[in-house]
Amino acid sequence: MTTKQFILYFFTLLIGATSCREDELVVPTEYEILGDERRDGDIRGFYLVNEGNMGSNKCTLDYYDYYTGLYSRNFYAEKNPNVIKELGDVGNDIGIYGSKLYVVVNCSHKVEVLDAHSGIRLGQVDIPNCRYVRFHRGKAYVSSYVGPVLIDPDAPKGAVYEVDTLSLAVTRKVSVGYQPEEMEIVDDYMYVANSGGYRAPEYDNTVSIIQMIDFKQVRQIPVGINLHRLKKDKYNKLWVTSRGDYQMRPSRLYVMQKKPGFNQMEVTDTIPVACSDMAIHGDKMYYYATEWNNYTASNSISYGVIDVRTKEIISENFITDGTEKEISIPYGIAVHPETGDIFVTDAKNYVSSGTLYCFSPEGRKKWSVRTGDIPAHITFLKK
Amino acid sequence: MLFCIIPGLSNAKEQKDSTYLLEEVLVTAQQPNRDIIPVQTLSGDELNRLNSNSVADALRYFSGVQVKDYGGVGGIKTVNIRSMGTNHTGVVYDGVELGNAQNGQIDLGQFSLDNIEALSLYNGQKSEILQPAKDFGSAGTIYMKTRKPKFNEGETYHARATLRTGSFDLLNPSALVELKLSERVSASLSAEWINSSGKYKFRYRRVNPAGELAYDTTAVRENGDINATRLELNTQGALPSGSWTFKVYNYNSERGVPGAIVNNVWRRGERIWDTNSFVQGRYTGFFGKFTTLNNIKYAFYRTHYVNNDDKQIKVDNLYKQKEAYISSANEFEINKYWRLSGSYDFLWNSLDADVYGFVKPDRISQFLSVATALSLERFSAQASILGTFIHDNIKGQQAPADKHVFSPAVFMNGYPLKNRDFSIRLFYKQSFRMPTFNDLYYADMGNSSLSPERVTQYNLGILYDHNSATSFITSVRLSSDIYYNKVKDKIVAYPKGQQFRWTMLNLGLVDIRGVDVTGLITVNPAKELYLTVRAQYTFQRAIDVTNPADNYYKDQIPYIPRHSGSAIANAQWKGWSLNYSWIYVGERYNQQENIRYNYTQPWYTSDLSLSKDFRLGKVNLRGLIEVNNLLSQDYDVILNYPMPKRNYRFTITVEI
Repeated sequence: MTTKQFILYFFTLLIGATSCREDELVVPTEYEILGDERRDGDIRGFYLVNEGNMGSNKCTLDYYDYYTGLYSRNFYAEKNPNVIKELGDVGNDIGIYGSKLYVVVNCSHKVEVLDAHSGIRLGQVDIPNCRYVRFHRGKAYVSSYVGPVLIDPDAPKGAVYEVDTLSLAVTRKVSVGYQPEEMEIVDDYMYVANSGGYRAPEYDNTVSIIQMIDFKQVRQIPVGINLHRLKKDKYNKLWVTSRGDYQMRPSRLYVMQKKPGFNQMEVTDTIPVACSDMAIHGDKMYYYATEWNNYTASNSISYGVIDVRTKEIISENFITDGTEKEISIPYGIAVHPETGDIFVTDAKNYVSSGTLYCFSPEGRKKWSVRTGDIPAHITFLKK
Repeated sequence: MLFCIIPGLSNAKEQKDSTYLLEEVLVTAQQPNRDIIPVQTLSGDELNRLNSNSVADALRYFSGVQVKDYGGVGGIKTVNIRSMGTNHTGVVYDGVELGNAQNGQIDLGQFSLDNIEALSLYNGQKSEILQPAKDFGSAGTIYMKTRKPKFNEGETYHARATLRTGSFDLLNPSALVELKLSERVSASLSAEWINSSGKYKFRYRRVNPAGELAYDTTAVRENGDINATRLELNTQGALPSGSWTFKVYNYNSERGVPGAIVNNVWRRGERIWDTNSFVQGRYTGFFGKFTTLNNIKYAFYRTHYVNNDDKQIKVDNLYKQKEAYISSANEFEINKYWRLSGSYDFLWNSLDADVYGFVKPDRISQFLSVATALSLERFSAQASILGTFIHDNIKGQQAPADKHVFSPAVFMNGYPLKNRDFSIRLFYKQSFRMPTFNDLYYADMGNSSLSPERVTQYNLGILYDHNSATSFITSVRLSSDIYYNKVKDKIVAYPKGQQFRWTMLNLGLVDIRGVDVTGLITVNPAKELYLTVRAQYTFQRAIDVTNPADNYYKDQIPYIPRHSGSAIANAQWKGWSLNYSWIYVGERYNQQENIRYNYTQPWYTSDLSLSKDFRLGKVNLRGLIEVNNLLSQDYDVILNYPMPKRNYRFTITVEI
């Protein structure tokens, strides 16, 4: 073979082996038939927000439709092709109020507002480092890690923003504790779990109480360090989780309620279990916990049920068919308000597709489906 | 391709004459030939003509190499050889390896090409048995060699001044002074200043499947500015039976960290200040059949990281690393064909940071190597074994157990034909990387029970190399290597406990098969006209075989293209030089799973440069115009880190 021939072959091979750039397409939706069809009842379907790893801009939305039994994966970009750089970076919460769907996109510093039925974008509300969203009397409330930088610029307190659900404008905001997370509203007072995650090891340990009428923080009640989840049951008791300090102090679950005849919430019980997240359905609270064990260098994972009336653990594992062995990192939990089906998401290694599992109320797996990266938060869509 | 002599096995004799000569030969040889191990070199004018801002840019022209480039003048650039991971790449600056005990990665974007004379990449290790023990340790090594003064009869000094300017508001003056202090001693001082706003336009464009435009936006990259200085003093001298060199190096920079472009975020507030200083010395001595090579180094690295973004957690951390190194390599010539060497290195690293709960680790590493080389008429071979012994101390806690690893290597080269144009080579090598201080001790994430990450390499290659100064084709060089690498106990981030937290585990297993093909041809079609074409192609199948239950099992690992290649064409005529270079990186996936959502398109850029050398009396002048990304392709090397569109650079050099 002469050199000329070689070079000829070499380049032919090179061009043959290499492919060219094409126009970058809008990320397409993928569909899967799950077959779990249901036409009775009030629930049309549910939305799942996949958080996506930080910096990846891979926060995505999935939707399951009970009418068609069709699971749509990553529908946002196809429905809203004109939005530059799609939904954003690190989703953190999702909620529906009225006809609108709100997606809190933490590292894109915004709350994305969509039409709840069509998934078409209506607008966005810019809120820095936003975390969770709750609704009350025509307003959306969004917790944010950073409030106004006033006193100590190195340790800014967090805030809760009030957003008008018609105009999508921020109407009021109130400074709370450090790095606030979940909120609930009981009797026109808002309770906010403060984590203080930016101040480790000096975590915050309080729940802030905001008087809704004048939107002022009236008190901070000490509960436990590094608070995260805060959910109310149908008896207006609050269930609050502490993440612990990941070392000496373990994760814990606290109960707050009002003494008869008093208007003030106080901590009444400490349930000696670790709790990462929970979902309340009637009198049952389903929860899971993931805790790292330094000795075995592995995660210990538990799934339990608590009776919210008695505060007793009534089941040590709500998954009864052994499916829990397939789940590496449970990351989200929800219960279908009508059927009582339990949804658990698996975030795996945080940088690959997760899985959504659906269990019957008896704890048997009905189906599972591939999701986006870090599936985490679910909200149900009414008809 | 003028010199075919190399200080390798086949020329044990030449090597003995003097180190001075040894280094002369090394810097002048454009293509050190006949190496047992595949070596790729860019040097001298060829290196100058490449449109490269930094060492990292030039390394893109080597086969088997992937450069992670976060974009811009100040952006971080790291190199991954044959998919084994950045931490397995050794980087040697004038004979001594650069270290980073904190994260094990050397940012090659910090090294400008201004004073670099030759850049070589060795797969496996350098084909020399007289080298520091540490040099036997990496899976692949990049050697950077700075310019050494060479004085002709009657010359006592050289001076060179260069000014570069162009896109990104670049202002980059540099100066070099070389002095002949005596018959035996010379010194050089090189200084450089780089200032750039780092601003460039980038574009994101999407269409829907029907071909309609979805969005098309062009924005300016912000917070990518850099202001850096480099100062380097070298002295070297000859001794009656040896030589010495001494270097003082200082690099200072302030940079913005541009960060990922994501929805609603176009600017970030992170900044880094770096101060890297080191002094290093070397002594080489020849005593009959015995040769000794000794190195000493002390380095201090200071990194100040600040996050000013008022939407995020405030960070203001200062990291200080210290490193002390001493090495002695000794070689004995048993007879004409057989040599033996032994080296011992001692390395001390420490890391201090004002971070809560930081354990302030320090590490003592000792390296002991034994190597032997056999050089026959048509066959040569080398074998080496390296023992590494690591001891860590951490503040206030029980340190992890000491670690020791033995890593053997065997290299062979033969000429099956009489004329020595054609050769076959093969090697086998085991190597490892220690977990870094970050892997072991980083707050909450580190895991002090980590083991070293191991790599085994097998390589088989052929080389055809023919030179004839008088014919139409003055030189041809073709080579091809196939290789199989296995990465075991790969250190990967693993989700830990609740929330978004990680730890490091020895979990990964990667299977890498690849082919490198390189070719070079120089033709001389007319008097004083030389045309050179250099091309390389790499195929790599690097798959994750950790666990069949993973949804990315047997998928190509992130950011490793199956196909990549480059080509450089150069024409020279009477002081004019026209250079065209092309780089192709095939489709990749930006995460472990090879699914559509992680797909990253191929990119290919064309760069063009034109230079002219003038002579005005005693003064040599060179003007250089470069156009990079000629076709203005909009691409990301790393997801969400957009690269610049077409950009320009102008250089003028004055030399006396």
